[in-house]
Amino acid sequence: MNTYLKKTFIIFDRELKGYFRTPLASIFLLVFLALSSGMTFFLGRFFERDQADLSAFFAWHPWLFLILMPAIGMRLWAEERRSGTIELLMTLPVTNTQLVIGKFLASWIFTLIALILSMPIWITVNYLGNPDNNVIFISYIGSWLMAGAFLALTSCLSTLTKNQVIAFIISSISGFILVMAGFGLVLSAVRSWAPIWLTETIRSMSFLSHFNRIQMGVFDFSTLLFFVSMIVFCLWINIQLVQIKKAD
Amino acid sequence: MSLKLINAKNLTKSFDDFIAVDNIDLDVSRGEVVGFLGPNGAGKSTTMKMLTGFLEPDSGSIEICNVDIKKDPLQAKGFIGYLPEGAPTYSDMEVCDFLSFVGKMRGLDNKKLLSSRLSDMADQINLKEVWNRPIETLSKGFKRRVGIAQALIHDPDILILDEPTDGLDPNQKHEMRSLIKNISKNKAIVISTHILEEVEAVCSRAIIIADGKLLANEKPENLGNKFLQTDAVSIKISDKIEKKLINEIKSSLKYKIVNIEPNKKNHYEILIEDKKENLNLNKIMTELKKYKLNIYEASFLKNSLDDVFRKITQQK
Repeated sequence: MNTYLKKTFIIFDRELKGYFRTPLASIFLLVFLALSSGMTFFLGRFFERDQADLSAFFAWHPWLFLILMPAIGMRLWAEERRSGTIELLMTLPVTNTQLVIGKFLASWIFTLIALILSMPIWITVNYLGNPDNNVIFISYIGSWLMAGAFLALTSCLSTLTKNQVIAFIISSISGFILVMAGFGLVLSAVRSWAPIWLTETIRSMSFLSHFNRIQMGVFDFSTLLFFVSMIVFCLWINIQLVQIKKAD
Repeated sequence: MSLKLINAKNLTKSFDDFIAVDNIDLDVSRGEVVGFLGPNGAGKSTTMKMLTGFLEPDSGSIEICNVDIKKDPLQAKGFIGYLPEGAPTYSDMEVCDFLSFVGKMRGLDNKKLLSSRLSDMADQINLKEVWNRPIETLSKGFKRRVGIAQALIHDPDILILDEPTDGLDPNQKHEMRSLIKNISKNKAIVISTHILEEVEAVCSRAIIIADGKLLANEKPENLGNKFLQTDAVSIKISDKIEKKLINEIKSSLKYKIVNIEPNKKNHYEILIEDKKENLNLNKIMTELKKYKLNIYEASFLKNSLDDVFRKITQQK
């Protein structure tokens, strides 16, 4: 492993283990599993629908992630700034890009663990019926990509404040706007006065419309590009903000 | 490589309208311990943050071991061990994990080398008893030691310590100073402090800054000579002196300041201040002889670094 990747990995490793050093990891995993299954079975009427698929499970993910991803990512930079460790970190021989990527990857892999732990529900649906496992697999990948976009956004916004609660709130609100952008109600309200290109741009920025396509098993290049570029863009802003805000 | 491990020229840094550091030059050679003194908000920490590459100066240049920190920040940062103000650490980590993390980030890739440096730190900084404890459970003194250990883990050429003894008890302070002295032979060390006795105890050079400007850059023992024009003589008398006699003595002694005040019950002290060259103890004693005072002690008062510091930072 070259030095560049090695240092990114050391940052990643410290950060990922950091989740498990406190009760945060277990609380988060518990809440995620309880909410995702609760929503699937009760709100999503998993049994009443009588269909062997996981659409009732994945349909809630954008809303669940709206709250849970800011909860995971809020500490990424806000805590470094509050405790002063940012000064320690940024006087080590390491670049801002390595720091931002290492931290982001740790939070992203942590959500992957959460998603993997939800797999009993996949096994259940296979036991009960004969689902299209390709769609489910694609939905899992899509869900993880969407979580990445939420996390990159949260990581970026958490550099703006030393207060984790504020980081959580601004990340949730920003995430909400990005989810709602694809909502029919919002789009029709915009369509009444805005030119088509603007309506389309807003729709194309929506987490919801991209994720809905994935849920239907359509995982095309534009969707992949959307989430990946969303992650890259937010992390790029994140790198710039770390440089600007580090000494505030 | 030149002897100057730190070579900073014309450093200036402003925050909005506030000039935190104003055109400061600083060089530190191997073997030197430079004490950075100044009132709160003088620009000490800002200067240190620039030297360590945390902040970029608005103008000026910094060379660390002949490497321009602006051109190659990663290489320059590699030469430095830094204890930021307040000794921030990842409080949820155990001491050994934290030091191992910093060590790896500092390029101690080799497991054998890393573990030997870790055990050096445990011995040298006395961290053995808390080695596997989370940092958040440690006392302030131990937290500070962990901060020092992370700065030393890679055995850097340059050590920059922002208030290293802040919050330590007198024994710990003494230990820390001994440690700094011991490791200073082959390193360039910069420490900032409020404690002036610390400068006298460990520093080979003292730099005083206030309002971002460099006011003094001298050996601690030379500061008094250079910045205080007056010296003082104290004469202690075991009798009570009548007011009339006090006035008489005062008017007969032709010095800049002559004060006669009771210091203990029925004991008086004559304090004479003037330029050094005007003060001659024998001459003063002869002048006082005619008053037949019971003098039990006569001494020159050495100017403390406190006096120098107050004088320099107040006259700016």
